[in-house]
Amino acid sequence: MATKRTVDVALSTTGLDSQGRPQRVPLVTDESGNVTTMEAPPALEPELEGEHMLINLGPQHPATHGVLRLVLELDGETVVRCIPHVGYLHCGFEKIGEYRQYNQIIPWTDREDYLNSPGNNVAFALGAERLFGIECTERCKVLRVIAMEMSRIMSHLVWLGTTCIDIGAFTPFLWSFQERENIYNLLEGWCGARLTTSLTRVGGMIADVPDGWVEGLKGFLQTFPKTIAEVDRMVTRNGIWVGRTIGIGAMSATEALNYGLSGPMARASGVAYDVRKDFPYLDYETYDFDVPVGTTGDVYDRFLVRMEELRQSVRILEQAVARLPDGPVNIDDPRIILPSKTKATTEMESMIHHFKVVMEGPRPPIGESYVAVESPKGEKGYYMVSDGTSKPVRWRIRPPSFVNLSAIPKMVEGHLLSDVIAINASIDIVMGEIDR
Amino acid sequence: MTDPATVPQTVGPAPNAPVPKTPKNIPHRGGPANASAARIKEKFPSAFVRADVVWGETTVFVRPDAVFDVIQYLHDDPNEQYAYLSDVTCVEYRDLEQPLEVVWHLRSITWRAFIRIKAQLTKGARLSVKSVWPIYKGADWLERECYDMFGVEFEGHPDLRRILMWEQYKEGFPLRKDFPLRGRFSRAEQLRQALAANPEARYSMEELQIADAFEDLPSDMRKRLLGGEETGE
Repeated sequence: MATKRTVDVALSTTGLDSQGRPQRVPLVTDESGNVTTMEAPPALEPELEGEHMLINLGPQHPATHGVLRLVLELDGETVVRCIPHVGYLHCGFEKIGEYRQYNQIIPWTDREDYLNSPGNNVAFALGAERLFGIECTERCKVLRVIAMEMSRIMSHLVWLGTTCIDIGAFTPFLWSFQERENIYNLLEGWCGARLTTSLTRVGGMIADVPDGWVEGLKGFLQTFPKTIAEVDRMVTRNGIWVGRTIGIGAMSATEALNYGLSGPMARASGVAYDVRKDFPYLDYETYDFDVPVGTTGDVYDRFLVRMEELRQSVRILEQAVARLPDGPVNIDDPRIILPSKTKATTEMESMIHHFKVVMEGPRPPIGESYVAVESPKGEKGYYMVSDGTSKPVRWRIRPPSFVNLSAIPKMVEGHLLSDVIAINASIDIVMGEIDR
Repeated sequence: MTDPATVPQTVGPAPNAPVPKTPKNIPHRGGPANASAARIKEKFPSAFVRADVVWGETTVFVRPDAVFDVIQYLHDDPNEQYAYLSDVTCVEYRDLEQPLEVVWHLRSITWRAFIRIKAQLTKGARLSVKSVWPIYKGADWLERECYDMFGVEFEGHPDLRRILMWEQYKEGFPLRKDFPLRGRFSRAEQLRQALAANPEARYSMEELQIADAFEDLPSDMRKRLLGGEETGE
């Protein structure tokens, strides 16, 4: 039998110890090593005992971060059972992908996890390039690292802002969205789009960065850590924040692994698994950065892990900007990459290549590839199967927030209704990616 | 501060795991195979069909009835420790004669290894394979999605129902190759069905029962539900 305990953090600064650090509540495990998070609900009044209530949360509730519907069975205010319903945003991306050429799929990748569009574009291009058996140029690799880390910052900033709103703090939302605006301005300067970037092509990028762009990024990297420090000072030791997040929705390391959690969710639980470190791509092993790993796996740890990831992304971006080599962005293969406009209109050969690439599309050999990247939500994988034609037989998105969300019945069990909001926010779901 | 005895252990790569490196110059076919493939062949000679290495990724084809045992072995054996289930999905080829494939992507975080297990299901018969939910709880929604999109039934799954499409969806399995891109019915009929489904207003009988809400329904509605009518409105 598990030893039960109360989560004993009052809604005041008593959540801090004598050094001013937030007080961690020790987790209690039962005999088999599973974490028990909450005390059993107090004994009810006899006339109320056994009366359970059915609550429908969503799909139009602002705190469900999209069209997620949770049917909750409540005993008083304690969640006894949670049945999630997803699929309200199902668009059939994978089906449509089977009717599109590889480069035509890239705009669809913008729209699944729409907070992380550049990261999805890069991930898809990496998967397709493995299927084609090509490798992008050195400059392209560094530009892609820049794109991926920028999109991690973008996504984590939205997560930070919306989670603060869910838990009752409004100001960090404004600060984080201000910084996000700066990143979107940079992206707009690079490719012309803010949200749906379609930044990559198979074998390269849509464009090289314009003149002076790198200076803009450097300026952002100088001001952004200040904002992180401000949010950190405002939130991390805030009594309300600490009280609302510590000990809530905890998952142990073994549970997190078994439930397939990835990204900050898994790392907060103590699973030291980061695709960038363990199965690197784009030469991530040559960058110097740390992977934060939590211990308790509660909402507070997920917050700390994501805050540290923001700082580490800045570190990676600084190194990438410093090493950005000169050279071409696209590979030199006329069967895959479009010729330049001048060449296509003046040389017969290039015009034929242009026609073939646009009308028929590049053709990979028969084969399959599964390439996973570390998206802000976790392990994002693209599994593509080719039968030698210019359209994939199967294009599968491995959605990290889909798998992370599938553990929500386990996480919210025994918590209060208001904690469901905090737990749901801590998963960092994007319904576009879950329903696809 | 935290009592060290109660801190859950951290899971991570073994100290002697291979040093990670971005793969480069990967051959189309061939190249070093994942050593687990040979061990599967040795352990399960009757279940092992063949192993392919395509673009540096090892695929092991296994007979469908033995998939559960093979994955159980990969999960439990200390030399394998494939503790992380990345993905469960299906592949149907444009050549409709080819069997439908169920694909499991497994990762060993301890040994930094990746392996793909495939089972080929002959079409025409019931498409069914044993669920890996008892091994990986994360397989729950992934298998439901395979069932929803391809109609593959996972035996032993605790709650195998549609997940992305609504429960009353009648058009079949959308990702099958015989399913037209625009659906089976006309746009007007699809719209009519979607509006009639009104999934937000519906609770399944199971949900009504867990909360004892069934008894609170109006008597005429209770009568209709007991008469076999679907829940809703």
